[in-house]
Amino acid sequence: MSETILSVRNLTANVDGTPILKGVNLEIKAGEVHAIMGRNGSGKSTLSKIIAGHPDYEVTGGEIIYQGQNIIDLEPNERANSGIFLAFQYPLAIPGVSNLDFMRVAYNAKRKYQGLEEIDTFDFEDLIEEKLEVVKMNPSFLERSLNEGFSGGEKKRNEILQMALLDPTLTILDEIDSGLDIDALRIVSDGVNQLKTPDKAHLVITHYQRLLDYIEPDYVHVMQQGKIITSGGKELALELESRGYDFLDDKSTAGVGV
Amino acid sequence: MAVQIPFATISKVHDEAVIEDIFFTGLLQQCQVNRDAPQWLVDVRQQSKNWLSRQSTPTRKDEDWRFIDLSSLTAGKFVTPQNPVETNSRSPLQETKNSRLVFVNGVYNTDLSNISALPEGIYVGSLSNLPSKYDAAKYFAQQPGADAFTALNTAGGNDVTVVWADKNVAIETTLHLVFLADGQNEANFTQPRVLVVAETGSSLSLVEEYSGVGEYFTNAVTEIFVRDNARINHTRLQQESDNSYHIGKTAVSQQRDSHYTLTEINLGAKLYRHNPEMWQQGEQTETDLNGLTVATGDQTSDTHSIIALTKPHGSTNQLHKCIVGDRAHTVFNGKVFVTKEAQQTDATQLNRNLMLSPKARVDTKPELQITADNVKCAHGATVSQLEAEEIFYLRSRGLSENDANQLLVDAFAAEIIDRLPLESLRTRITETIEQKIQL
Repeated sequence: MSETILSVRNLTANVDGTPILKGVNLEIKAGEVHAIMGRNGSGKSTLSKIIAGHPDYEVTGGEIIYQGQNIIDLEPNERANSGIFLAFQYPLAIPGVSNLDFMRVAYNAKRKYQGLEEIDTFDFEDLIEEKLEVVKMNPSFLERSLNEGFSGGEKKRNEILQMALLDPTLTILDEIDSGLDIDALRIVSDGVNQLKTPDKAHLVITHYQRLLDYIEPDYVHVMQQGKIITSGGKELALELESRGYDFLDDKSTAGVGV
Repeated sequence: MAVQIPFATISKVHDEAVIEDIFFTGLLQQCQVNRDAPQWLVDVRQQSKNWLSRQSTPTRKDEDWRFIDLSSLTAGKFVTPQNPVETNSRSPLQETKNSRLVFVNGVYNTDLSNISALPEGIYVGSLSNLPSKYDAAKYFAQQPGADAFTALNTAGGNDVTVVWADKNVAIETTLHLVFLADGQNEANFTQPRVLVVAETGSSLSLVEEYSGVGEYFTNAVTEIFVRDNARINHTRLQQESDNSYHIGKTAVSQQRDSHYTLTEINLGAKLYRHNPEMWQQGEQTETDLNGLTVATGDQTSDTHSIIALTKPHGSTNQLHKCIVGDRAHTVFNGKVFVTKEAQQTDATQLNRNLMLSPKARVDTKPELQITADNVKCAHGATVSQLEAEEIFYLRSRGLSENDANQLLVDAFAAEIIDRLPLESLRTRITETIEQKIQL
C-alpha cells in the first residue's frame, strides 16, 4: 500500500471570525490525483491556501498531516521547503523582481532547508533551461520581472515552471485552468503530467470538468459550504458536468457527507 | 548667488535690516579666508556675506522648511577643521579608480586621489589652478534662486572644485568626486563647492559622493552649466554618517538642446536636506531626475526639487522613491514650473513611498504651476506598505519572511538603482541598502 502524503482531518477554519471550512476530511496517497470541484465560494480555494499556510486564515480545529507530521504550526516557507507546492489561481506580478533571480532564490531556499549547498548563477541557468522544456517557455521570460506583463496563460505556465524546478511531493493546482484557452490548457496539463511520478501526490482544484480530461483524477470530491459533500471516481466530474451543481443541493441539505 | 529670482514663490527675499543670525554668523566667523583669491571672487563672497547678514535661520514657519526641524543643527557647535586628518574611504569604484578626486574635511588628498585616467579636453581640479582660458567668473554663483545656506557656502567657502569640459569633447571616463568628513575628534563644518561647466556639444558623466564618520555638518553646493547640445549624467551619492547634518544644493542651468540626468541616492545623515534646482533656459531641453531615499532609525531626509521649464519643447521626467523604516521621516516636495513661453513641453513627476514601519512618517507634496496652455503635465504621489499577498506568494515558494520582505524592498529600490551608470555602484548601493534595512 502506498504511503499517505496528505491527510486532512476534520479541518475547520475561520477568516475574520467567519467559519469558512466546517470539517473537511481528505486523504491523498502517493501516486494519486484528487480533484476538488465546487461552486465559487464553496471553500475549495480556501482549503488550498490553508494547506499552503496563508496567514489570513485561522485554523480552529482539526489537523493537516503531511508525510506523517501535523503542519498546522509550520510557516508557509517551511511547508514549501518540505515539498508542498501551491500553483496560484492568480499568480502575483512583482515589478523589479526578475523571474530568474526569484526562481534561483526559491530553489536555493529549498537546497538550504535540505542541508545542501546553494547552487551558483551559472549552474542554475543550465538547470532552468532544461525545465523550460516542460512548459515550452521562451527563455526571454526569465529576464522579465516576475509575472509582470505576462498573459493569463503565461502566468500559469510560469507556475508550472516553478513546480518543475522545486520538484514538490504534494502539488496543489488552484484553478490552474481558469481563463486558459485550449492550447494553453494543453501545455499546462502536459507539463503537470510530465512531472507525475508514483511517489508524488496531486490535488487539482477546479470549477470545470474540462481540465480533468487532461489531468485525469483518481478521485473527485465535491465541496459545498465548507465541507466535502460527496466523493467518487472521475465519472462524478462528468455527472456534474451534465447535471450541474444543483443536483447536489439535495445531498447538501440532507447532510450527506463522506 | 542670487542674480535673478524668476519666481517670487521660490524664496522670499528679505531686504530688511541686518539680522546677524547667530548660527550663520558663528559659522561664517569660522571660515578661513583664501588670501590668494582673485578680486571677482572676493567681491562675490562679500556680496553673499552682505545678503546673508539679512537672513535668519529657516524655521518651520518658512514654507520651504515646514516639514523639518533644524533646531538640533542650529544648536550644534561646529568648527572648521584645522588639520586635515586621514580617514579610510570606501574602496574605490572599479570604473573610476583612476579618475577620482578625494577631499578629506575639505582638503584635497593626493594619496587617496588618482587622476591618471583623466582624458584630454577636460579640466578637473581646484579653481586656484584653473587655466586662464576658462572664465569662472561668468559662472560661479550665477544660478537663479537664492537661499541662505547657499549664500553661506558662497560667502564662507574656501576652495572650489572645477570640472570643465571643452567644446565638443565627449568624456568617456566617469569622474568621481569624493568628499569625506571626519568628525570623530571634533564636530566640524565643511562647505564643499563644485562648479561644472559642459561647453557646447560636450558630454560627461560625474559621480559626486559624500560620506564620513562622526558628527559634522556638510553644507554642499554644486553648480552645473550645461551649454547648447551638451550632455551630463550626474550621480549624487549621499552616504554621510548617521550623526551628521547635510544640507546640499544642486543647481543646474541648461541651454538649448542640452540633456541633464541626475540620479540621487540618499542613505545617510541624521538630518538631510537636498535642493535640486533645474533651470531650463533654452529650447528642447531634457531634464531627468531619479531619486532614491532610504531612511531608517531616527533619520530625517528631505528632497525639495524645483524644475523650471521656461522655453518651448522642453521635457522633464522625475521619479523619486523613498523607503522609510523605524521612526524615520522623509519629505518630498517637488515643484514644476511651466512658464507661459514654455509651450509644447512635457513634464511628468512621480513620488512613490514605501513605509516599513507604523512609526515612520512621509510628507509628500508634488506641485505643478503651469501658465502655458499647450503642454502635457502629469504628477502624483503614492504611499504603500509591503503587500501581504506578495509576501505570501514568495513564502509559498520557500522564501523566509525576511527574505521575502528583502526581495520586495530590493525590487522597489531597483527601479532607481538600475539607472545608476556604473555596475560597481549598483552593487555597492544594493548591498548597503540590504544592510541598512534589517527587516
